[in-house]
Amino acid sequence: MEGTQYMKIAVALLVLLPLAGFIITLLFGKRFFRTKAHLLPVALVTVTAVLSIYAFEWVVRHPDEAFVWNAFSWVAAGRLTGEWGFLVDSLTGIMLLVVGIIGMLVHYYSIGYMKDDPGYYRFFAYLNLFMFAMFVLILANNYLLLFLGWEGVGLCSYLLISFWFRKKSASQAGKKAFLVNRVGDFGFTLGMFLIFVTTGTLQFTGVFDKAEMIGSGTLLWICLLLFTGAVGKSAQFPLHVWLPDAMEGPTPVSALIHAATMVNAGVYMVARSYPLFIHAHTAMLIVMIIGTFTAIYSAYIAITQNDIKRVIAYSTVSSLGFMFLALGAGAWVAGIFYLFAHGFFKGLLFLCSGSVIHAMGGEQDMRQMGGLRQKIPLTFWTMLIGAIALIGVFPLAGFWAKDEILGGAFVGGDYVVWAVGIITAFLTAVFAFRLIFMTFFGECRASEEVRHHIHESAKVMTIPLVLLAIPSALLGILVGWPPETGWIHRFLEPVFFDLEHEKFAWLGVGGGLMVFSLAVALLGVYVAYVMYIRRTELPARLAARLPVAYEASFNKMYMDQVYEVVPIRSTIAFAGWLWTFFDVKVIDGAVNGLARLWELAGERLRPLQTGRVQNYALSIFAGMVVLVVVLAWFWGS
Amino acid sequence: MNALQWWLTLSILLFCIGAYGVLARRNVIVVVMSLEVMLNAVNIALVAIANFRGGAPGAGTLFALFIITIAAAEVTVGLAIVIANYRNKRTVQTDQFNELKG
Repeated sequence: MEGTQYMKIAVALLVLLPLAGFIITLLFGKRFFRTKAHLLPVALVTVTAVLSIYAFEWVVRHPDEAFVWNAFSWVAAGRLTGEWGFLVDSLTGIMLLVVGIIGMLVHYYSIGYMKDDPGYYRFFAYLNLFMFAMFVLILANNYLLLFLGWEGVGLCSYLLISFWFRKKSASQAGKKAFLVNRVGDFGFTLGMFLIFVTTGTLQFTGVFDKAEMIGSGTLLWICLLLFTGAVGKSAQFPLHVWLPDAMEGPTPVSALIHAATMVNAGVYMVARSYPLFIHAHTAMLIVMIIGTFTAIYSAYIAITQNDIKRVIAYSTVSSLGFMFLALGAGAWVAGIFYLFAHGFFKGLLFLCSGSVIHAMGGEQDMRQMGGLRQKIPLTFWTMLIGAIALIGVFPLAGFWAKDEILGGAFVGGDYVVWAVGIITAFLTAVFAFRLIFMTFFGECRASEEVRHHIHESAKVMTIPLVLLAIPSALLGILVGWPPETGWIHRFLEPVFFDLEHEKFAWLGVGGGLMVFSLAVALLGVYVAYVMYIRRTELPARLAARLPVAYEASFNKMYMDQVYEVVPIRSTIAFAGWLWTFFDVKVIDGAVNGLARLWELAGERLRPLQTGRVQNYALSIFAGMVVLVVVLAWFWGS
Repeated sequence: MNALQWWLTLSILLFCIGAYGVLARRNVIVVVMSLEVMLNAVNIALVAIANFRGGAPGAGTLFALFIITIAAAEVTVGLAIVIANYRNKRTVQTDQFNELKG
C-alpha cells in the first residue's frame, strides 16, 4: 500500500518525539537548558504539528481506508491482549489537526507567557508529556491504549493545574481535578471490563463488529459506563466542578488542556464508540439530557462570574455540553464539527485572556479592567473574533457548527432540547460580550500603578493569537459549507456510517432556524451592550431585584456546597465513625479483649503453681489413675 | 485367688503405701524412702510375673536387678540434693520449699 511506511514513521514519531522531549527536558532542563529550556520541546512540537498535518492529509488522500498499525504487543495475559496499535481515520485526522496545531501554538505562546518563571523547564517538560499522552489517546486503536493516553493527559492536567504548587489554591485545584476525574475513570474502567467480558477483546474493530450481538441491557450499561468516563473528563454535570477550579493553572494550560484538547477526549471517546451508542437509544437519550442540562446550567453561571478565566471556563463546560447534546441527538458530525471549531476559538479566547492578564500584571478580575481596547489592540481584535465565533455569528466557525447541532435537535423532534439550546445560545452571547465590554470598553478601573504598566504582549504571544484567529473566523465556512453536506460531512462519513443527511434548504426549516438563532445571538450581544456600556447601573439593579437568581448563578448553583455536604461531609463522618467506633471499639476492642482474656486466665490459673513438688506429683498420679481407668475401660470392652 | 494374684496384691499395696508417702509426708527423707518402697513394689510385681508367666527365662528378674541398681544411684543423687537443700534452708520439710510459687 502506497505511503504506509511513511505513515508508520509519522505515527511513531508523533508519539515518540514529545516523549523524548519530556524526558530530556525534565532530566537536563534545570542544569543545562535553563532559560533555553523551551528550544527542544518547541522544536519537537513543531515537527509533530507538521506530522499531524501530514497524517491528516494522508486521510484526505485515502478517503476509503483507515491506517491501522499494530506496532507491538504491550500486554498479553490469557485472552487479554493489549497492543500498541494505532488507527488513523478521519475522526483521528480531525483530532490530530486540533491537537497538533493548537499544541504547537500554545508552546510558542508559553515562551512569552512563562518567561522568567522558576519552573520554566518543568512547564515545557509537562507540556511535552501532555502532547505524548494526547497523541496516544487519539491514535490508539483499542480501549486499553486509549485509556493509557486518557490517564496520561489526566496526570498532566493535574501536574499543570497545580504547576504553581506553592499556592495553596492551585495545589487544591489540582487535587480536585484529579479526584473528580477518578470518579469518571472508575466508570470508564468498569465499562472496559464489561466490554472485555462481553466481547473478549478491547480492539475497536473487534468490539464494534460484535456491537449488534451484545444484549441490549449489557450494551446500555457499557455505554453508560463509558459515558461516565466522558462526563468526568469532559466536565459534564455533575462532575464539572473541577474545570472552573482548573483555571488556577497557567493560562496556556487552560487553553491547551482545559479548552482545546483534553476536555474533548470524552467527546472523542463517545464519538469513537459510535457503533456501540447507536444501538443503545436510552444511552443516547441520557447523553443528550446531560449535555443539554450542562450547556444551559454552566452558561447561566458564566453570566455573573467576575474572573475572566472562570467565565471562559464555564463557557467551555457549556460548549462541551453542546457537543454531547449533538452526539445524543444523533447529530454526530455536527458534534465533531463543533469540537473542531471550538478547539480553535476557545483556545484563542483563553490565550487572549492570558494576554490580558499578562498586560494587567496578573489581575484576573474583570471589575479591575476596562478600556483596554486602545492599549492592547491586537489582543482586543483577536479576542473579539473568538467571542463572535463562540456565540455563533455568521459566518464564523461557531455559527455553522452550533446551528447544525440545534438544527439536528429540531429536525430530530427534540423541541425542548432545541429551545434550551437557543436559550443557551442567548446566554452565551450575553456573557461573551459582557466579558468583551467589561474588559475592553468603558473606563479603566485599574489602579494608577497597574494602568501605567499595561502593554501589548510580546510577538511570540500575539502571533499565535493571530494564527488561531484565522481558523476561528474561516474554519466554519471552509469545512462546514454548505450545511449538512459540507466537506466535513463527507470527510467523516467513513466513521459515522449509516447517518442520514437531510438536504439542507435555505428557505426551509433549516434556513429559518439559522436566521432565528442568529437573531437570538445578536439580541444577546445587544443586551450585554445595554447592561455593560449604556446603562452600567442596570446589572446591580437587576441583581437586587432578583436576588435568588443572582445569588444562585454567582455561587455556581451551590454545587461546590452540595459536594461539600453530600460526598465530602458524609465521607468524613463515615471516616470519623470508622475511627471512633469501628477502630477504637471493635478492632482495638477485639485485640485488647483478647489480651485481657489471657491476662484473666493467667490470673486465675496462677494459684495452680504452688511451688510444692508434692502437689505436682499428686497431679501426675491423678492423671495416671485417670489414664489407667480409661484404658482399662476400653480394653475391657 | 491364685498365688500370682496374691503377689500382685502385695505389690499394689506396697505401691499405694509408697505413693501415699510421696504425696502426703512433709519430710523429704521420708519421701525418698517412700519412693524406694514404690520401686520395690514394682520389683515384686516384675519378679512375680516373671516367675508365674514364664516368657524369656530370667528377663523379669533382670529388670528387677537393673531397677535396684538405678534406685541406688537415684537415692545417692536424691540424698545429695536433700543435703544441699538442707544447707541452704536449714529444713527438710517439703512445704518450706515453695520458691517457685506462681
